[in-house]
Amino acid sequence: MKHNIYSLLAILISLSLTPKQSFSQDDLMDLFESDEPSTEYAYATFKTTRISLGQSVENPANGNLIFDIQHHFGRLNTGIYDFFGLDQANTRLGFQYGITDWITIGLGRSSFEKLYDGSLKIKVIRQSKGKVTMPFSISYFGDLGINTLKWQDTTRTNYFSSRLTYTNQILIARKFSSSVSIQLTPTYIHRNFVETSKDDNDVWALGVGGRFKLSKRISLNLEYYYIISQETAKNYDNSLTIGFDIETGGHVFQLFFSNSRGITEQQFIPETTGNWLNGDIHFGFNISRTFVLKKPKEFREKTNL
Amino acid sequence: MNSAHLLTANTSNMKKIVITLILINAIFLTGNAQMFITKNGKVSFYSDGSLEKIEAYNTQVNSAINITTGQFVFKVLMKSFSFEKALMQEHFNENYVESDKFPNATFQGLVANLNDVDFSALGTYDAIIEGDLTIHGIKNKVKEIGTFEVKEGGIIGSATFFVKLADYDISIPGAVTGKIAEDIEISVDVDLKPRPTN
Repeated sequence: MKHNIYSLLAILISLSLTPKQSFSQDDLMDLFESDEPSTEYAYATFKTTRISLGQSVENPANGNLIFDIQHHFGRLNTGIYDFFGLDQANTRLGFQYGITDWITIGLGRSSFEKLYDGSLKIKVIRQSKGKVTMPFSISYFGDLGINTLKWQDTTRTNYFSSRLTYTNQILIARKFSSSVSIQLTPTYIHRNFVETSKDDNDVWALGVGGRFKLSKRISLNLEYYYIISQETAKNYDNSLTIGFDIETGGHVFQLFFSNSRGITEQQFIPETTGNWLNGDIHFGFNISRTFVLKKPKEFREKTNL
Repeated sequence: MNSAHLLTANTSNMKKIVITLILINAIFLTGNAQMFITKNGKVSFYSDGSLEKIEAYNTQVNSAINITTGQFVFKVLMKSFSFEKALMQEHFNENYVESDKFPNATFQGLVANLNDVDFSALGTYDAIIEGDLTIHGIKNKVKEIGTFEVKEGGIIGSATFFVKLADYDISIPGAVTGKIAEDIEISVDVDLKPRPTN
């Protein structure tokens, strides 16, 4: 009798345990499906750190140095005598370095106005989906420009501070799809010293830019800056640029046509005088080359072995 | 006398119960140990072209094996590959494997020579792995040699093999053709642990 009870008990116990060993073995892959959703950040909203002329929300990665070679030529409508503007080059050489993945410092020098510039770009918010959803990427860009041309009027007292211009921009971008990204760029530029009393010391502008990929490695870029400040809007033109990004591995080439001659924000946003319809079009290009100065952690550890 | 008899009877019953429970337990444990799994397996790839040496690591690889049936799967999130050059990583995801469209690479297959691999005895065994490898949305039949190292508390699976980019419709742009190797060496290293009960 007791035997029977024990065996019954044993059978019951084993029955209660058996279901655990027989679960679907066809779908080993399903074991990975129940993973918690992770946050997926948008990457490559733009090909490089500039849309064409202006800044994009992209930064060089931590430890990466970008060397920029930028040229804006003269006006196409100067004709064959100036070889359609190519005789008059405005050049900027610059460096951008990623201190972290989200902070970049930059230094540059433009031939136009013999301008030195130092900049800071900080990623504030990254577009993401999944666990954390964020529709936009937002960055701050700040730039200090020092005009080093000789003083035109040496009879008055010239202060060093008169050489300085401050640029502040908020970059708000969204990558809509793998081929379409749009950015809004509210801009505030403060100039300590302006040519005439009619010029604005403070210039407000709103930039709109976008990139449309034509193939995996070529994109069409458009960029427009609308000047809000009245006096500047009256005397100057809004900057409009149409260009292409061509990426070839370590280099990105940006070729564009613009009514702006200036290369830095403080020049092309409030000081554009060209008119597209009159043929005041400048050809220009940016070449940027990335150098890895500090390898990612995994690769650093490996070289130490 | 009576009580003594009763006691021995009880003891023998107890023995039976204990044995039965041990057996049940054994079945129960085997049932569990059929599945070995990891979520941080390693996959790396390497190619040495005249222009660029390309090397990348992924340490968040999902893999599972059923040692009874020999089924063996991998799931690799492409965006988790880290490269020495951040720009290369971006190009890998954006231009080569198109991670937005094809987020994962997978392998679904079998240990073809399951009889030669004794998962219950410690040791290192050569294994023939056969199945479907899917990269960039393209599925190909593959057959590769790897090893299983059965050790205390787990199995280490490893293999090194070559993948031809063209087989997976991964195109190299004209400007760098011949400068980037067309065969990529892939190394897999997974430390599989018994699947814990829920």
